Amino acid sequence: MVFFMDKGDQGVMGQNIGQKQQNDTPQHNQNDTPQSNQNGTGWGSKSLPALHAAFPHTVPVLTGFMALGIAYGVLMQAKGYGVLWAVLMSAIAFCGSMQYVAITLLTTVFDPVQAFLLSIMVNARHLFYGLSMLEKYRGVGKIKGMLIFMLCDETFSISYAVEPPEGVERKYFYFWISLLDYGYWVSATLIGGVLGNFLPINTEGLDFVLTALFVVLFLEQWKVKENRAAGVIGMACAVISLIVFGSENLVIPAMILIMVTLLCGGKTGLLPGLRENGQKNGRSVSKE
Amino acid sequence: MVLTPVQTMIMIAAIAFGTMLTRFAPFILFPEKKQPPKVILYLGSVIPCAMMGLLVVYCFRNVSFLSGTHGLPEALAVLFIIVLHQWKHHTLLSIGGGTLLYMVLVQFVF
Repeated sequence: MVFFMDKGDQGVMGQNIGQKQQNDTPQHNQNDTPQSNQNGTGWGSKSLPALHAAFPHTVPVLTGFMALGIAYGVLMQAKGYGVLWAVLMSAIAFCGSMQYVAITLLTTVFDPVQAFLLSIMVNARHLFYGLSMLEKYRGVGKIKGMLIFMLCDETFSISYAVEPPEGVERKYFYFWISLLDYGYWVSATLIGGVLGNFLPINTEGLDFVLTALFVVLFLEQWKVKENRAAGVIGMACAVISLIVFGSENLVIPAMILIMVTLLCGGKTGLLPGLRENGQKNGRSVSKE
Repeated sequence: MVLTPVQTMIMIAAIAFGTMLTRFAPFILFPEKKQPPKVILYLGSVIPCAMMGLLVVYCFRNVSFLSGTHGLPEALAVLFIIVLHQWKHHTLLSIGGGTLLYMVLVQFVF
């Protein structure tokens, strides 16, 4: 998805600047969420080191989400949906690629059932993220619902692949990665809706940063030998599915193929885990 | 704006509901109180690496190797990321460097 920032309907822009005031809060909220106070004194002292540890890992997401989120805000604007609608969609649905698909749905005949079914299909990969995070999110307490709500591709990849440094509690680390990524997306949508058309830089290719993030996280996983088989299986299944089903429908067939292959691999003992101990974690990285 | 505000709200709700179903389903099916079946734990331990592989391929799904730039900017950028990462082992440097090279390639070279 590559979009240019310099096109769009300048006329609509002016009307929405007034709304900016009401919506200009996502960034501020990050330091002062309701959760900060819920769990007593622990949050203040434990949460800040976690934020400090989490932030550097989210910088690529910040960059990528700014590019794609601003583009989304601009595009919604161009279709006649003001900044308020774009931000609402980002804040409530929070599903990057599906939001782009939804632009088409918002500009044709009203059909919420189709939108619902399509969003399940486009987002089916979340099912696998959930399965992967079952153990990691176990026992995180009240924030669990929030973590699940904010579990996007990038948050999953980082939360799974990166180990929190010593002295930083797991749940706070996950909390900040999730909230930062979520905040970036909503803020970027806001920026795009409000002043996207005035951004002078040529950002073509900037969204490659998310591709680069996934490539690097894949390389990190690759360092651990036991992870390699699954990584290759994932790539191979995706390529097969891409060739057979085409670029728009590759995810679900690829997921089925991956699951079948992994189950067969587990049965025959080619892949680690199933025989010895189901709890074994394929986890690898801690940033040095 | 084609739809009315009420219709738009319903659309946002429908999309959010579908998305959240996919995010919450595993946690609802396998709540904390009971131990998930072994096979689910196994899948949870091997799927992430497979999904990273899928995500990488997914990012390149629209790259055409037969026409246009033949996927050359993408290939060069990935190659650069791999070399840089092997050399410096620095996540942000690899991501930033790769992205910068890609932007230069698509904006000025190809």
